[in-house]
Amino acid sequence: MSDKKTLIINGKEVEFTDEPNLLEVIRKAGFNVPTFCYRPDLTQYGACRMCVVEVEYPNGRTVINSSCTMPPEANIKVKTNTERTRRIRKTVLELLLANHDRECTTCDKSGKCELQQYAEEYGIKDVSKYVQLKKDRYLPIDDSNPSIVRDPNKCILCGACVRACAEFQGHAVLGFANRGSKTVVQPLAGKPLGSVDCVFCGQCQAVCPTGALTIKNEVNPVWSLITDPNKKVAAQIAPSVRVAIGEEFGLEPGENTIKLINAALKEIGFDLVFDTNFSADLTIMEEAHEFVERVSKGENLPLFTSCCPAWVRYLELQHPDMLNHLSSCKSPQGMLSPVLRELVPKYFEGFTPENLNIVSIMPCTAKKAEAKREQLSHDGKYETDYVLTTQELAKMIKSAGIDFKSLEPAEGDSPFAQYTGAGTIFGASGGVAEAAVRTAYEFVTGEPLSDLDIKGMRGVDQNHRCKEVEIDIKGTKIKVRVVSTLKEAEKSLQEIKSGTADFQMLEVMACPGGCINGGGQPRSCDDTHIKEKRAQGLYKEDSELQYRRSNDNPDIKKLYAEYLEAPGSHKAHELLHTVYEDKFKGSYKDVVKS
Amino acid sequence: MSQQTQAGIDYSKVDGILSAYEYKKSNLIAILQKVQEVFRYLPLDIMTYIGTKIEGLSPATVYGVATFYAQFSLQPKGKYEIKVCDGTACHVRGSMPVLNAIKQSLQLEDGKFTTQDGLFSLETVSCLGACGLAPVVVVNGKVYPQMTGDAIKIVIDTIMKEEKEGN
Repeated sequence: MSDKKTLIINGKEVEFTDEPNLLEVIRKAGFNVPTFCYRPDLTQYGACRMCVVEVEYPNGRTVINSSCTMPPEANIKVKTNTERTRRIRKTVLELLLANHDRECTTCDKSGKCELQQYAEEYGIKDVSKYVQLKKDRYLPIDDSNPSIVRDPNKCILCGACVRACAEFQGHAVLGFANRGSKTVVQPLAGKPLGSVDCVFCGQCQAVCPTGALTIKNEVNPVWSLITDPNKKVAAQIAPSVRVAIGEEFGLEPGENTIKLINAALKEIGFDLVFDTNFSADLTIMEEAHEFVERVSKGENLPLFTSCCPAWVRYLELQHPDMLNHLSSCKSPQGMLSPVLRELVPKYFEGFTPENLNIVSIMPCTAKKAEAKREQLSHDGKYETDYVLTTQELAKMIKSAGIDFKSLEPAEGDSPFAQYTGAGTIFGASGGVAEAAVRTAYEFVTGEPLSDLDIKGMRGVDQNHRCKEVEIDIKGTKIKVRVVSTLKEAEKSLQEIKSGTADFQMLEVMACPGGCINGGGQPRSCDDTHIKEKRAQGLYKEDSELQYRRSNDNPDIKKLYAEYLEAPGSHKAHELLHTVYEDKFKGSYKDVVKS
Repeated sequence: MSQQTQAGIDYSKVDGILSAYEYKKSNLIAILQKVQEVFRYLPLDIMTYIGTKIEGLSPATVYGVATFYAQFSLQPKGKYEIKVCDGTACHVRGSMPVLNAIKQSLQLEDGKFTTQDGLFSLETVSCLGACGLAPVVVVNGKVYPQMTGDAIKIVIDTIMKEEKEGN
């Protein structure tokens, strides 16, 4: 091509096209520069100055510029690693470290912290020449949130969390406050993170380069359960954990490791291991039934999916008037636990309702809060005892000294071991809707849907945060909309309120791309392809499974035949459906009422 | 809720300000200035309200802007706003003794900037551009040049007296 543009990076000629900034060109060319604040899915901010490079223009002028905020230009010469850039980066690191709580060993991010990593790579040994952050000036650690812990003394003010909250969820619960050396990132007016409109999605901590925002770690209480001889512990594993946890052990994103996870959990000491995919199938049975019923009655449409706890909380806080749209189905986590509590003591010897504990392994920080919902408790006991994120399980596996990759693959425990491809794809944005349509089609027409791949609902990148597919169910046209991020969801809610919405089902996942990119997953914020590979891993398993419609799952059929009767039955409602709570009071918008 | 919650806030006034500035994110500073003019400070509830009403903003963002600029006050200001210049010229010519004298007259506790009765509020500012008159104090826009501790006490006493007689 005659108009191809090139520039020189470290002496190598590199072509570029529409890359948004020089940093992307540098990374594509196989070089790297350190960053704290740059996250490809967020706007560029230019706060940390770590990505500075030396740029020489054709006229001979040389400047130092931050590569994340500089658009690529033709014919410039870029040097990423010079004496000047190294000196600048070292000074940045030293200043940050001087103002940082450096108790690394007891920090939850230790080993994963970018500040720690670069300090080591750049050989920072002494920061005593700068004024130090003194212990008596430490701000209190905020652990009021059920999912996230905030330690302001470890914040480097890169603003990634603020942008994630605003750009993904549309309502920036975290914000900068004050000025100069007093600047902090905090919830409104320094309130505890547990008492503001946070939806617990955890995307803030997923993009946090340091230990300023971390997952509320519940590994220790789970170990206590496991080591208690008087207690039995069952685990359930969510769909998207299997395609991500391998990354913690050197496997590729998207590699399906469910059998290794089963084996690892048994090795750790879990008594029984079940798959949340099974209850994803159960969710579809109930939700498809509910959807068909609503369509036939023309009631409470569009139906909103209810699997994502961040989305549920968002509606409860911001739009309690629209809760009637929300499916009454519990999430797959919420469904499996009560079923296990009822049936495990019947199927397995030595298990009683009293000694059974349930731990779920989720890609999601908001699931921790979901498990603590009043509505998901029975006789004063939560149906799910603890929720561990993918990251926490990886820590458990490592601390147990298990060589994950060389484990002997193991199956989950029967009778809830079988799952369909429909359950698997729950982990990606669009998956719940696709699974629901596969089954709903058959519920309405009595015939199986011929082409099970509904491609229009797939895609997890930035350009696929709002997807729409029209399905022809024997003459009845059904429009399904799939959104990820609450910012997108809000747009759909406004369409419904203004009467312009023409879809009958709305699937919402709060994390960009869905659960595969959840707040509890291994780090994926600096490579947009990781979540795509994880999604591909789920769709691959879907395509390879014997059953791909939830209503074909033999274990599900058995459960209904022996116990639940039929979708939407009284028993099913008792165990599998829930109610929602108007949480408007005390929310941000509540101030208006007075 | 926080103690700043004022049950009696008239939100129609806020709505008026917001619509005058077209609910635009880019007008936030002007909106906050107007709110402060009307309410004499920025109540937390109003900042929260603005954060939910303007697209692209959130309460935490509004709070961030309000705390970034020294011109915004999160505490109610007094009927008489006293500004003591502490620019270089005023400082070397004795603005600190003036400030301390004011604190003493108003019986302000450390960390408080508004008197209990809401009559006075006190702040220091950096250079009013009247260095020739240093040290300078401004009370509700009126400039008092070449102040001393004793002189400012007389000014304050006079205001207090007028207020008492006015009642």
